[in-house]
Amino acid sequence: MYTESNEKKLDEIISHYPVKRSAILPALYIAQDEHGHVTDDDIRYLAKRLDMRVNEVEEVVTFYSMYSRKPIGKYKLQVCRTLSCMLQGAEQITEHISHKLGCEIGGTTPDGKFTLQEVECLGYCDLAPCLQVNFDYHEKISTESVDQLIDSLK
Amino acid sequence: MTKVLTSRFDLKGEACDIDVYLKTGGYQALAKSLKELKPEQVLDEVKKSALRGRGGAGFPTGMKWSFVPKESKRPKYVVCNADESEPGTGKDRDLMRYDPHQLIEGMVIAAYCLNAKDNYIYIRGEYWYIKEILEKAIAQAYERGYLGKNVLGSGFECNLYVHPGAGAYICGEETALLESLEGKRGHPRLKPPFPAVVGLYGGPTVVNNVETLAAVPWIIINGGEAYKALGTEKSGGTKMFTVSGHVARPGNYEVPMGYPLMKLINEDCGGIPGGRKLKAVIPGGSSVPIITAEESEKVNMDYESVGTVGSMLGSGGVIVMDETTDIFETTRNVTHFYKHESCGWCTPCREGTRWLYKVFERMHRYEGRPGDVELLDDLADKILGKSFCPLGDAAAMPVQSAIKKFREDFDRRIKHTLVQINKAAD
Repeated sequence: MYTESNEKKLDEIISHYPVKRSAILPALYIAQDEHGHVTDDDIRYLAKRLDMRVNEVEEVVTFYSMYSRKPIGKYKLQVCRTLSCMLQGAEQITEHISHKLGCEIGGTTPDGKFTLQEVECLGYCDLAPCLQVNFDYHEKISTESVDQLIDSLK
Repeated sequence: MTKVLTSRFDLKGEACDIDVYLKTGGYQALAKSLKELKPEQVLDEVKKSALRGRGGAGFPTGMKWSFVPKESKRPKYVVCNADESEPGTGKDRDLMRYDPHQLIEGMVIAAYCLNAKDNYIYIRGEYWYIKEILEKAIAQAYERGYLGKNVLGSGFECNLYVHPGAGAYICGEETALLESLEGKRGHPRLKPPFPAVVGLYGGPTVVNNVETLAAVPWIIINGGEAYKALGTEKSGGTKMFTVSGHVARPGNYEVPMGYPLMKLINEDCGGIPGGRKLKAVIPGGSSVPIITAEESEKVNMDYESVGTVGSMLGSGGVIVMDETTDIFETTRNVTHFYKHESCGWCTPCREGTRWLYKVFERMHRYEGRPGDVELLDDLADKILGKSFCPLGDAAAMPVQSAIKKFREDFDRRIKHTLVQINKAAD
């Protein structure tokens, strides 16, 4: 189902646990990595692979905020909205990005390049305000620095 | 000041390499434990150190370890809680990215003490790059024989795996973390039985925060008494504080327990920029009650002293707010967080946090109704102590303390009738 190297990775992950099901969270990252989001096929496949029922996989996917069941942009921009970042002006930065991209918070640009999200605490409180682009952190951001950042994302 | 946890931070991540770690005294505590100490002696040192859980609850670590039964039919586990998600806290992040081997060493010592073969670090999914740093460090530790089938030739087998979470604050609660590690939704479990007796896969399990485990190597080398002596009588050792908000130099600071809060803010962090005055401090992550500037003057950073002003040391996330801050808005922000992170398992928390936020929303639009402040307080009271896990309390306490101490910021949000405004003017 997945690329050979990802299948191998999955085997390796499963071997870490006495119960196959424990591998579901790391496995879903592999699924998301391959397909951009978690598809119905991913859910059926992983259920089989990890000895789970389809609904058990589905209930895990929908519980955790880092998985998406719908297609999202190539770059997921996640601006932290929680207290320490708020005190450093995160809200204005989110609005700025939203305006720049012409994209609502929670939405994706029509070309499928960017998804903009407001997320809860990313653990960079002392480096606030912060933003994650997919898995990459950007600390002490400003409207100018996000402009540069977005322009650099192809 | 003695650095227990951050002695390698100046190396800016070079200590991720095992050779640098070894050169700076690394893995000596593990060698000492395996060669000179019996598991009971390791436990003894940890007990003597008065080390308390650094994740937020502050439970004595030695006592937690001693709850694990010696004999068990099921395998035992040590699980490191690296799901750092408490707003205001970023200390475990630096402990892992600047000195991953220190955590690994602490975990292997804990595993040796409790006789646990397979062990896990549960790290929040957002810290993906730190997961990779840890995995690299673990691979090095296997290569050099600090992990594996026969650790340092002692016959003790120890394996360590990194497990990513996926964006759920609730998984920082230890039983929810175990559920998540077992491949389920992160819903907290009923306690008792406590994880030390029935934990991961039904086996006795110790769940400890990153900072707690990272302190263990120093304790083994220097002795529990020496660690305790660094802090106060009841709160031993040092503690890391993440200072954020309105200070000139936000960051992570390791200071001895009992360090004055204002010294931390004014000297270490360079005070509040622009000559503005302090208004309020959240001393231990967003879950704990807020304290006023006046109270901050009296507080030392240890469990007991912070308790005297009705707050808690929590995770050590110090959020500083200057006089321009509207405490209504900060409390609304925090309430949104708990509404979003409530796992939905129990009614008081699931419904209560949503209802709270609904009232906050209309007050935010200056459409608060007379009695709304009392309603918030009452709603918080209906959550406090009535939820399945401490997340409910964490949502309620900030609201109640903010109303009590900064009532004027809330009253401003009530839509007053003309009669009331005239009355107030009189």
